[in-house]
Amino acid sequence: MELLHGLVLVLVAVGGTAVVFTRDPLAQSMVVSFYGILLGILFFVFRAPDVALSQIVVGAVALPTMILLALAKANQE
Amino acid sequence: MSFTSRRNLFFAGVLGFAALFLWGLRGLPDFGRYEGVYGLTLNKVGVAQTHATNLVAAVAFDYRGFDTLGEEFILFAAVVGVAILLRAHRDEAATDDAKEKEDEGRNVPHTSDPVRVLGLGLIGPTVLLGLYVVVHGHLTPGGGFSGGVVLATAALLVYLAGEYVALRRVSPESLTELAESAGAGSYAVIGVFGLLAGQAFLTNVLPLGTTGHLNSSGTILLINLAVGVEVAGGFSFILAEFLEQTLLVRERV
Repeated sequence: MELLHGLVLVLVAVGGTAVVFTRDPLAQSMVVSFYGILLGILFFVFRAPDVALSQIVVGAVALPTMILLALAKANQE
Repeated sequence: MSFTSRRNLFFAGVLGFAALFLWGLRGLPDFGRYEGVYGLTLNKVGVAQTHATNLVAAVAFDYRGFDTLGEEFILFAAVVGVAILLRAHRDEAATDDAKEKEDEGRNVPHTSDPVRVLGLGLIGPTVLLGLYVVVHGHLTPGGGFSGGVVLATAALLVYLAGEYVALRRVSPESLTELAESAGAGSYAVIGVFGLLAGQAFLTNVLPLGTTGHLNSSGTILLINLAVGVEVAGGFSFILAEFLEQTLLVRERV
């Protein structure tokens, strides 16, 4: 295991913790998007570029968008 | 439950988890060591058999194409389910007079100019990237699913750069619905090619072409395209439905 692997693993651990400790849902949707990119980098570094691509499009784009839309709807009511 | 007892429960859980986790870690093979028979075999014969340089695509759309067909229809069913739920809700809202009056007075938030300019500039490159990822699925990482979602984010950019009406114009419901179902259906139809050739369902019976060329790998390329169309259609469709829910835009018929 190289230095890069360890570094990315630590970053993902920090990112995941940051998602949990962000209490405001709006800010959380942004943090989870950033965490999605970190996970994508993790998969890429561990030589799974296919999974990395899916992770980025779903975790960093689609999921936060759905959360934002749901929040917008919830705030209206 | 009091704070102290909850904390004690938490620590008990942490200890139990840590013990099991460490126990499990000790039994893991070393980092980077892989002993899966199928994986090792496919690494040797996969490219020669399917002429696809992206073995992930070869596995997903050829060797276990039938499993992926099932996954494809899970996505299809999920999109249809979301649409049905959201539409029922929308009709309820539409029949409610008081709610309707409230909706008319609602201001759709104004998008700032920098966001609009950036969104507009990104639409072209996003569409191009999405198409690239879809059509090169058998050669490089990516494929129908990732590329399809990238294409759907182009629809999101249209919404950001313009207005909801613009999104409706570039991805009308009839088109996204058609893309979603036609894409899912094509996958099954491609599978029938194998039956027509007297072999098993989803057998790769088309000419495989030259390894590394865009036009190669037979049905893997075709299925990738079908999945790309389905996912792009399905995700834009869900996006439009969600936006409709959120904004409750009244369409002028």
